[in-house]
Amino acid sequence: MNAVSAAAAPFDAERVRADFPILAQQVNGRPLVYLDSAASGQRPLAVLRAVERYETHCHSNVHRGVHALSQAATEAFEGARERARRFLNARSTREIVFVRGTTEAINLVAQSFARPRLGPGDEILITGLEHHANIVPWQMVCAQSGCALKVAPIDRRGEVELERLLELLTARTRLVAVAHVSNALGTILPVKRIVEAAHSCGALVLLDGAQAVPHTAVDVRALGCDFYAFSGHKLYGPTGIGVLYGREELLEEMPPWQGGGDMIRTVTFEKSTYNELPWKFEAGTPNISGAVGLAAAMDYLESLGIEAVAAHEQRLLALATGELERIPGLEIIGTAAHKASVLSFTLRGCHPHDLGTILDTEGVAIRTGHHCAMPVMSFFDIPATARASFGCYNTEADVRALVAALGKAREVFG
Amino acid sequence: MDLKDLYRDVILDHNRQPRNFGALTGADAQADGHNPLCGDRLTVWVQLDGDRVTDIRFEGKGCAISTASASLMTEAVKGKDKAAIQALYEQVHALLTQHNAEADASLGKLAALGGVSEFPSRVKCATLCWHTLNAALERSAAAVTTE
Repeated sequence: MNAVSAAAAPFDAERVRADFPILAQQVNGRPLVYLDSAASGQRPLAVLRAVERYETHCHSNVHRGVHALSQAATEAFEGARERARRFLNARSTREIVFVRGTTEAINLVAQSFARPRLGPGDEILITGLEHHANIVPWQMVCAQSGCALKVAPIDRRGEVELERLLELLTARTRLVAVAHVSNALGTILPVKRIVEAAHSCGALVLLDGAQAVPHTAVDVRALGCDFYAFSGHKLYGPTGIGVLYGREELLEEMPPWQGGGDMIRTVTFEKSTYNELPWKFEAGTPNISGAVGLAAAMDYLESLGIEAVAAHEQRLLALATGELERIPGLEIIGTAAHKASVLSFTLRGCHPHDLGTILDTEGVAIRTGHHCAMPVMSFFDIPATARASFGCYNTEADVRALVAALGKAREVFG
Repeated sequence: MDLKDLYRDVILDHNRQPRNFGALTGADAQADGHNPLCGDRLTVWVQLDGDRVTDIRFEGKGCAISTASASLMTEAVKGKDKAAIQALYEQVHALLTQHNAEADASLGKLAALGGVSEFPSRVKCATLCWHTLNAALERSAAAVTTE
């Protein structure tokens, strides 16, 4: 998109908002101001209707069935896989594994890729910004295989210290697992640079894209990553569905993770042979309607234009950052040069938990707590933050409501 | 839901100036409490004469409800024996979890926590200190039996 066409079609957040029926309600007698999309996005009508249409007209179990509904369900499910392939610009649908979400995707790579091939002397490198889902699975692999976990530190702005990360990348590093965007602070990591550096050391790279996919077009081939994981519900799709992208050569070599139906070719009591990619990694009946909803969410987001959405969110982030910086006693946690639309903060004299309750009584929904990133909280020596995050449906009025509600909190705790 | 009902003046006061705050040296027992959901942490120290709490202090980081509840608890349990503390906790728990529960006059200042019942996500903030006190008292009992 060039500048002229972007200027010609200004982003109409009010119209986008009307696509999300849940946002039309009142909470505690106030219009809902939903600023928690980093935890879970809401679903547009297009997604709700796609799921309803599937459930009303197409549902049966996928694969193997010869009757009409089973074929319709299989087409819908495999069509969603092709949609996800296009979304990520993967080479083949063989590289698109449906999972429950980012957490399951990372555990799959941990158990099926890392555990069998890593051992004492090998290292997995992560960063100090990671969500627990990109820490704990690797700790489990370390305990199982004897390999070691290394952590690249972050600085006071909430950016990864790239020089330190590069120093920690050595011949011992077998896998680098980093967030594309930090969930707690919004920091956008220089993932292309990290991928290049890791590959030059012979290490493979997994990107946790849970917080990135709603804000940026992801091209796994341009990024050069080996694995990419994300969840549907952060992308305005359903919960319980996500995608693991893996390079085909890697997935091919990996043993299945879970055994069961659908992931096999033949079974005897002596020996079973496994299905081909990607079904080798999809034991049991999958979340078919979830995949259908996810595909509809991708259609929806691309119809808005991910760049246009991101530009809109950046305007809101800049506006909110400026407004919050003016509030006495308010400290923004995470001030990286490149951030997604996540604003983490503390207010002196008012614990984030109290802040969350007060804002809720004003109809403003934010997240409070450690955001499944306790090491980030420890780094800043705080127990928790309040976090407002902006999605495609948020407006300047939402930012004003947040600021007004923070004023209320200061009144109560003044 | 009325915010003023949750953040009553007594709560705000005890949050700003928690009573019996800071370590108790030479305590007979102590325990740490942690609410991983919100990151609240506190330590409770008790001095005992047999079954009776003669002194109690606490320290920690938490939200206003958690801090005020701990502060009010330390004032309320000082001088009480374990059975009386257990009975008091049951009264507080009912106050925190039952909608429109009438605060019994015997609760004293603890009645200020009555607004919490309208905010179910905050009940654990208010009970953390009681669970921690209970752990400290059990620990002291365990220590007695091993001697």
